[in-house]
Parts: sequence; C-alpha cells; structure tokens
Amino acid sequence: MGKTLFDKIWDSHIVASKPGFPDAVYINTHFIHEVTSPQAFDGLRKRNIPVFRPGKTRATADHNVPTIDQHLPIKEALSRKQVEMLTKNTAEFGVELYGLGHPYQGIVHVIGPELGITLPGMTIVCGDSHTSTHGAFGAVAFGIGTSEVEQVLATQCILQYKPKRMKIEVKGQLKKGVVSKDIILYIISQISASGATGYFVEYAGEAIRNLSMEARMTICNMSIEMGARGGLIAPDQVTFDYIKGREFAPKGADWDNALAYWQTLHSDADAEFDKVLVFDAADIEPQITYGTNPGMGMGVTQHIPALADIHEKEQPSFSKSLRYMDLQPGSRLLGKKVDYVFIGSCTNSRIEDLRMVAEFVKGKKKADDVTVWIVPGSKQVEAQAIAEGIDKVFEAAGFQLRQPGCSACLGMNEDKIPAGKYCIATSNRNFEGRQGPNARTFLASPLTAAAAAITGNVTDVRELI
Amino acid sequence: MDKKFANLSSTVVPLPIENIDTDQIIPARFLKATTREGFGENLFRDWRFDEQDAPKKDFVLNNPIYKGRILVAGKNFGCGSSREHAAWSLADYGFKVVVSSFFADIFKNNALNNFILPVQVSDEFLQKIFLAVEKDPAAQVEVNLEEQFIRISATGEQENFDINPYKKTCLLNGYDDIDYLLSLSKEINTYETTRPFNF
Repeated sequence: MGKTLFDKIWDSHIVASKPGFPDAVYINTHFIHEVTSPQAFDGLRKRNIPVFRPGKTRATADHNVPTIDQHLPIKEALSRKQVEMLTKNTAEFGVELYGLGHPYQGIVHVIGPELGITLPGMTIVCGDSHTSTHGAFGAVAFGIGTSEVEQVLATQCILQYKPKRMKIEVKGQLKKGVVSKDIILYIISQISASGATGYFVEYAGEAIRNLSMEARMTICNMSIEMGARGGLIAPDQVTFDYIKGREFAPKGADWDNALAYWQTLHSDADAEFDKVLVFDAADIEPQITYGTNPGMGMGVTQHIPALADIHEKEQPSFSKSLRYMDLQPGSRLLGKKVDYVFIGSCTNSRIEDLRMVAEFVKGKKKADDVTVWIVPGSKQVEAQAIAEGIDKVFEAAGFQLRQPGCSACLGMNEDKIPAGKYCIATSNRNFEGRQGPNARTFLASPLTAAAAAITGNVTDVRELI
Repeated sequence: MDKKFANLSSTVVPLPIENIDTDQIIPARFLKATTREGFGENLFRDWRFDEQDAPKKDFVLNNPIYKGRILVAGKNFGCGSSREHAAWSLADYGFKVVVSSFFADIFKNNALNNFILPVQVSDEFLQKIFLAVEKDPAAQVEVNLEEQFIRISATGEQENFDINPYKKTCLLNGYDDIDYLLSLSKEINTYETTRPFNF
C-alpha cells in the first residue's frame, strides 16, 4: 500500500522508535521567538548543556515588538526585557537572530518562507501554534510548547506520537471575491474548532492546487484552529518557483538534488487516510466569524444561528459567546458597524495580501470613524510594499502602514483593540480578549476587511468589485 | 514544579464551558515573564477579575465554596495557542489534574510535560461529575494514575482513562523527555550522518 505525504516525511525523520516510547523525530529547522524561548534556554543552563545544532535554529523578535518607532528602545519594560533576553540567549548559545532593526526581522512564519529557510520535506517546529503555516511547502511543521523547545535545542529531536492522517479536498474553482482565507474559515466553520484534533491534514484538490504559495500558507496557517496538529500541501511547480533564488534556498547542484527529492513528495495514489473530507469551492462565499472561536463562522450574507439551531448541550457556551460579542442569535452581521480594521498577522500579512488590499482600495477612502492598521509581516514585505508604491495607496485611503510584528493579532504590544469595540481582522483567532481585554473580533479575508474599512460596516465585498 | 504524580483525592473546581482556549487560561499580555513561576495569579485573568482588577463574584475561582486540585472543564479544553504558560499557570495555581471530555493536542503535551494529568472522560461521565459537584460542592473525586481510573467518591461511579505508557512512567517517576532524548545521542549522530537530505 502506498504512503501519504505526511507518512513519507515523518517516517524518514525517525531517529528512534522503541517499543513503549513515542517516536524520537529529527527536526530540520527550529524557529524561536522571544516569548516561548527564555525558559527553554534557562533549562539548558540548569543542565549545563549547549544548543546541540545551533545552525538549525533561527530566531526573530515578533510577538512583543512595537509597530511604530522600532528604532527607539521598546517603551514597555517587560516587553523590552523579553526581547533583550532573546538577544542575550541567542548570542550566548550561538543562534542566528534576526532581531529588531535587522532587514530580515518579521513574523517568524513570514520570514522562514521568504528567506528560503522553509523547504519541502523538512520537519519544522516552533514554540508557536501557527508553525503549521510552513506546511504549505510540503513540510511537516507544527507548534510545540516550551519544554519541547528545550528538547529541540538540546537534541535537535522531539518526542511525539504520530498523529492520524486526514485529507481535505477542495474541488472546483473559487467564485469572485472569494480567497484562500475564505476557504479555510469555511472548512473550520463546517468541522468546528476541534474537528481535526488528533490529525495531520493534507489539503488537496483543484481549488488548493490553483492557489499561490502565499495563499496556501494562509490555509495551512489556520490548521490549528480546527485542532489539527498541522496541515500540509504537496509541493509542485508553484512551490519550486517560489523557493528558487531565495536567500537560503539550495543553489547549483544542491538545487538539482533537492528538486529531484522534492518531486517525490506527494501522497501515493493508493495511500490511505484515516479520514477524508471533500468540499466544493463553489459553495464558499466570503466568510466572517461571529463568535469567540474560529469555528463560529459563516458566509458574510448569512444569519447567526438561532439558539434553537444549537445542540442543547452546547447552548450555554454559544450564548456566553454571543453575550461577549453583544450579538443576537439569528441576526445578520451585514451592515454591522466596525471600529477597527486590522490587516496583518502570520495568516495574512504577506506582500500578496497587501497588494490585494491596495488594488481594492486604490482611489477609495476609509470611512471616517474607522481606524485601519496595516501591519506587514516582515521588513522585506514592508520594503517591497514601499517599492511598489503600496504605501502611498494606503496613505491616500487613510490607512496606517505600520512596522512588522504580530501586533493586534494577540495584543502583546500596545496594538490593542479597546474594550467593547469591534475589529474586523485578517488574523486567526477571535477568542475573548485576544485583541485586548473585552475587544470583539470578526475574522475575515483581507478583501472583506478592506471592504469594511471603506464602508465602515461589515460588507459583502462582492458588491464592490 | 512537583515532579512525580501521586494519586489524589480532592474536591473539584467545575468550569462547564466548552472550547476553553489558552488565551482564557492565561491572556497574552501576561506572557512576558522569562521564568516559569508566578503565572497562577493570572490564571483565567479576564474571567476572574474585572477591568479594575476586582474579583468577579460570579466566577468559580472566586467562590470560596469551590476549591481543590482538580479542574473539571467542558470539551476541547486548551485549544488555541501553544503557550506552555497555560500549563504553568494551572500548576502554579495548584491544579494537579484537569478533567475534560476532550483536550487539544498541544495543551495535552504541555500539561504532561509539567506533571499535570489531563484526564479525558466520556461526555456522560463529565456530566456526572458536574452533577455531583452541583449537589455537593464538597464532593470528593479520586484520581488513580497507576490503575488509570477516576471515581466520584460519594456514588462510587468511576471510569477508566487512557494515558500512553511512556508518559505514565514519566509522571509516576518524575522523568522528563529530555532525559530520554539525551540518552539517544548515538542514534541522533547516526541519523545525521546517514540521511541523504539533512538540510
């Protein structure tokens, strides 16, 4: 029987598989950032051991960094201390750091791919659940906790039980105004925030194949939001074209060898999955979430479920969620006033996202009472946006183009949405308080978010394009 | 952190809410510490305290009737962010066991790596615990890791739970994963020198 892509990569990275023990899995690339690494470095110090393969770990500062005046010292003392600790730890243990001010700095899941560090066939981990993003290249990439960060620093391996395999196929072609973010929000709304827990997902089908690399990253990024350990897409010519020539990508004969290997990275025709789900791209309209987990989403024109539509056992959690959002069961979001628009995060802050928004808003102006933050995913994305004149489009529209970081996705820095305000966000989580205490989040695509920026309301972008 | 898990009998803290994500367990703005200690005071911060930092009376951790080392929560506990701070804050607050009918994967690993036992029970058994505590907040629940069962003392109702044998050994003996991985250095070196595509 054939093997799935996931099995091929996982099996070829097993260092030891002893009876009664989980697999010891070799990790090719380890990304770290300032929030989930300090305690791991402390652990190494306590054991008096070095980083085993310092060249296989790369660091950046993203979660805590301000998105204005990055040339000045970080104002908030605890954030500054955490970022300084990363500088100290990486220097002491010999790990390469793309810190504030470095031309490669940015959100960890944006810089890995854009620098050609993320490659097909790799195992990749990071102390961040959105590490699944890198799966877009046909890599096995997943988020880990800090104890596991310490394992990888100490041994370049991690102990893991092998997850089950799920295939999610999206057939057909996307309709106008529907983009990759809508695909993944739709899937999560169909299978719930825990629908893929215990599984590693392979995304397949015509609608996935037709996506650019950046759009594929958006899909894989949100795998964790349905509970999946990770998500991946078999590499193809789109993948190879994206990687070729990037800073750390293989060159010359190394490229040819790597390419030959990468071309073997696909699920065999007779490979068996533990679960297969099939969706039709034609069923997907622009999506928006109304609740406080990413599974509580719907088409932008649809109605929030009525209480009677919800399973009795789940009604208390559903009601709690809508109370937090101050929304009525059975109502529509279309026309709902928004206060903030946040376009950024590891889900949607790449150059294509910014281009998509710029193309849509060119010649338009934001609604008066809406604050619009555009936060590029990296210094390179920021530089590219400026080189293409996208910054001028945003300026004319009244949007603020800020500096790279995780920003209002999780509000660890000062980019917080005030209590009670509504923000339409291109990020990945609408949890209570995620964007700031008592902030209310609607997740949507960059296009749907941009449409709301212009009208000041939740809008069906298809009516404006 | 207490390494080694001992069987226990305790009153429980009921939190019958589904999809409790790690942002609720410990909000991002409290992740700025560089040590593992002290997170307990911000456990469930925004459910526990209002904007003026006054305790919210209707939240279970602020109700003196409910206390204990066992947290019982609705399904899909610990979803969302991979932050191990969620496990640290539960441990620091004093919880040794979290019971739910379903756990998110990364949280489960993080809990086990911090010697907190996630006990996954059936939906029916979860409801039985909630009911027992509703009747009597002083109801005791026993958790026995060696024999892998959880029991409501008053009624004697019990259910077995799964845990992989390796993690069970780690918890009972206070071993952690790094000890084991460091013992594999020969295998790791062999892997690195024999694999054709070790990027």
